[in-house]
Amino acid sequence: MKLEGKRLIWQDYQKEIADDHYFYARSCIRQTFFPGAEAVFVKILKDELGKDIHDEQHHTSCTGIGYHSDVVPFDTTMTVVARQFALMTEAGYENYAASCVTSFGLYTEILDTWHHFPEKEAQIREYLFKATGREFTKPKNLAHASDIVYKFRHQIAAKAKYKLVDKNTGKPLKVVEHIGCHYSKMFPHKGIGGAEYPYVLSGMIEAWGGEVIDYPERRHCCGFGFRQYLVQANRGFSLSCSKKKFESMEPYEPDMIITNCPGCPMFLDRWQYALSEMEGKTYGENHNGIPVFTYEEVAGMIMGYDPWEIGLQVHQVPAEPLLDKIGIPYDSSRKFKGKNGEDLGMPESPSYLKFYSE
Amino acid sequence: MGKHVVVIGAGPAGLETSASLAKLGFHVTLVEKEDVSGGHLKKWHALFPTLLSGKDALETITKGLDSSIKIQTATKVTGLEAVNDYFTISGHNGWQEKADAVVLTTGFQLFDSHRKEEYGYGIYENVITSADLEELFASGKAFVNRHGNKPERVGFVHCVGSRDEKVNNLHCSKVCCITAVKQAIEVKQLLPDAEVFCFYMDLRMFGRHYEELYKEAQEKYNIQFIRGRLSESTEDRDGNIVVKVEDTLLGKPLRIKVGLLVLMAGMEPAPDTKPLANMLGLKNVSDGFIQPLDEVLHTNSTEIPGVFVAGTCSGPKSVSDTLADARSAALAVADYLKS
Amino acid sequence: MEKKAKYFGYSITRDRQIDYDANNHDICKIIAKAEPTLNLCISCGTCAATCTAGQFTDFSLRQVILLLRRGETKSLENEVSKCMLCGKCQLVCPRNVSTRNLVIQIGKALYDKKLSAETVNTK
Ligand SMILES: Cc1cc2nc3c(=O)[nH]c(=O)nc-3n(C[C@H](O)[C@H](O)[C@H](O)COP(=O)(O)OP(=O)(O)OC[C@H]3O[C@@H](n4cnc5c(N)ncnc54)[C@H](O)[C@@H]3O)c2cc1C
Ligand code: SF4
Ligand code: SF4
Ligand code: SF4
Repeated sequence: MKLEGKRLIWQDYQKEIADDHYFYARSCIRQTFFPGAEAVFVKILKDELGKDIHDEQHHTSCTGIGYHSDVVPFDTTMTVVARQFALMTEAGYENYAASCVTSFGLYTEILDTWHHFPEKEAQIREYLFKATGREFTKPKNLAHASDIVYKFRHQIAAKAKYKLVDKNTGKPLKVVEHIGCHYSKMFPHKGIGGAEYPYVLSGMIEAWGGEVIDYPERRHCCGFGFRQYLVQANRGFSLSCSKKKFESMEPYEPDMIITNCPGCPMFLDRWQYALSEMEGKTYGENHNGIPVFTYEEVAGMIMGYDPWEIGLQVHQVPAEPLLDKIGIPYDSSRKFKGKNGEDLGMPESPSYLKFYSE
Repeated sequence: MGKHVVVIGAGPAGLETSASLAKLGFHVTLVEKEDVSGGHLKKWHALFPTLLSGKDALETITKGLDSSIKIQTATKVTGLEAVNDYFTISGHNGWQEKADAVVLTTGFQLFDSHRKEEYGYGIYENVITSADLEELFASGKAFVNRHGNKPERVGFVHCVGSRDEKVNNLHCSKVCCITAVKQAIEVKQLLPDAEVFCFYMDLRMFGRHYEELYKEAQEKYNIQFIRGRLSESTEDRDGNIVVKVEDTLLGKPLRIKVGLLVLMAGMEPAPDTKPLANMLGLKNVSDGFIQPLDEVLHTNSTEIPGVFVAGTCSGPKSVSDTLADARSAALAVADYLKS
Repeated sequence: MEKKAKYFGYSITRDRQIDYDANNHDICKIIAKAEPTLNLCISCGTCAATCTAGQFTDFSLRQVILLLRRGETKSLENEVSKCMLCGKCQLVCPRNVSTRNLVIQIGKALYDKKLSAETVNTK
């Protein structure tokens, strides 16, 4: 692989990312999937980088999952999104930062639709006004939260306590990056690095000391696919998509997977458990899986935040082997303790996947 | 007669037009932007369908040039103006001449395969183009891929940059199907144990003995033809290229690993063709090639009396088509200048 | 009283020929109007090669388009519902067929017309 070749393509897919004053819209599912991720994002932006970020409380789901599952019509979706824009306008912001990749893709799609069909925009404005009495200005800048972390990746690296490096060998960790489909596959020019060789996570990995792995099924979807997962009978397709990816990355012996979408870390993480239970197969060495993280969690990890504060204990594939490789300390006895020290209860130990407790 | 004709571009088309015009008694200046004439033919090791050496072909064509022909190399034509009944042609280096007629033989440019990002040219070492492969053949070096290995499998991808509206090229480049078959055979001759695959949408074997070469590829060399257009390629750990196509005849997606992937890069109009045509006020055509006065009847004349075209600047052609077109252009010029 | 079909130890083989004359072609006309890029498809299969749904189900958008054009409505109905509308195919189609909208329009037309019931299934 010639990195210069990729760099040439990356030059063609750069985008404007606002420098400060973000209106942050959280994801409707991430806080249950990876509860620390968004908190880490807000903390790093506010406390480490001194940015102004408005953490909006009144926004709703963007309806993206419903839209992509064919249960919410586009007009409804656009009106809901128009309301989010109105909240941004009311809060006095013009830079919209979406936590969710599907929301980001949907906002992009809606803004593009309005660009081509201004009459549609007018109609949605009318719907919104009739329903809520609200009005809005379109965002001046629309970014996915990973774009923002990408923008400040070097500042984060400069403040970081740890690197994505194996402390025993001194070698960079081998990292698989997985980009949510809706980040740039629909609008390649709206994603850093484009659709074929997205750079948004690779840039972070490089800046934080790791080595990016390019494996044959890199472009393949994690398998969430909304309709594949939402109907239980279809979940096998979802699982099989993830399996296709694991089998393709396995020979590279990756140390970790980093993702930028709500669904991907969920499925790449939980399906490793399901696959191990169904087939007795694990994809890391010694019955370990390949730990899966969100980019915010990784930023938090290298900043030296307590692994349990940023929610790594809720991962199905234990993070400990990776923490050990980097040399990040953790207190095993606090793994299943809540914020105020209350006992969260011990999860059942999987049959094959190695489990870490005290 | 004493009439003067300037021919712009010294590829096969320009060379043959100039030779024919000189034989007909005209004063000819042949202008070429490169230091050496020959155009793309310089780069081709062997020509379909007979495997005639490209070098020999070029030599034979060049031999036909009369010593009266003035060859102005290293001069890129940048100005073209119709003044009353003659033309002023000027180069980037200050060279300038007047002529009674102009023949545009600016040829084509090879499609830049980097633009098909998903195929990985310029990123994965073992993705090369048909032109790179000709160079490899011509070099006489051992046939190894960019990792120094003899590939066990070689894949050819048809229609790269042609018949693809995603890169704004609807046209068929005509020569790449038969070039793929020719190169597939050459690979098999060098590596008899290799498996060779062609991924195609349609096999356009329109020329004399092309179909025979296709049959030979099947019969003698066991080359596999898979009907499906690549959706993407990636690299595995050993530097092999993993490609994805639909085997459309079986109706199933197919994945296959090859040690070398050859992209059959198509033809696009040469970069200078459009600006030169614009200077003369010639109509732009959507595909960017120059539009002759009539595509059936007057293939060498243009809307502007005294301006003629030959070769691939008016659309994809093989060398033999180009040469025939060049000779016919010379006759069209003669016809015009005599009247 | 209901008559019971007699069984002789063999059955009548169903004709697998595409009966172009008996098939219903209205739906194709409706869709060609709603999404004219339908007619631009050259069956290259790039869409099906990239399609996530086709990796694990017996599904090919290229074949869906052919079923539509041949009037194989029954099979069409079975097939088209497997598409997840992700739009990956739209990214790669060399003829700029508006694939996603095509699928939406097929779904719409099938629903609107409820043609499936009246159509001969030859698959
Ligand atoms: C990969 C590949 C393999 C091929 N293999 C074969 C084969 O085996 N057999 C076969 O018959 N055909 C083959 N062809 C086709 C063959 O290359 C063409 O038919 C032939 O080169 C056309 O000649 P031309 O003179 O029209 O254009 P070109 O060869 O492109 O020559 C045009 C010339 O004009 C010059 N020029 C352009 N602009 C200016 C300017 N502004 N001022 C001055 N000079 C200028 C260029 O420098 C060039 O020298 C192949 C094509 C490709 C892409
Ligand atoms: S000649 Fe063949 S490979 Fe070349 S553009 Fe035409 S169909 Fe495609
Ligand atoms: S939109 Fe449908 S046909 Fe196209 S790639 Fe996605 S699932 Fe496949
Ligand atoms: S990619 Fe486009 S042209 Fe090719 S089969 Fe699919 S819809 Fe048809």
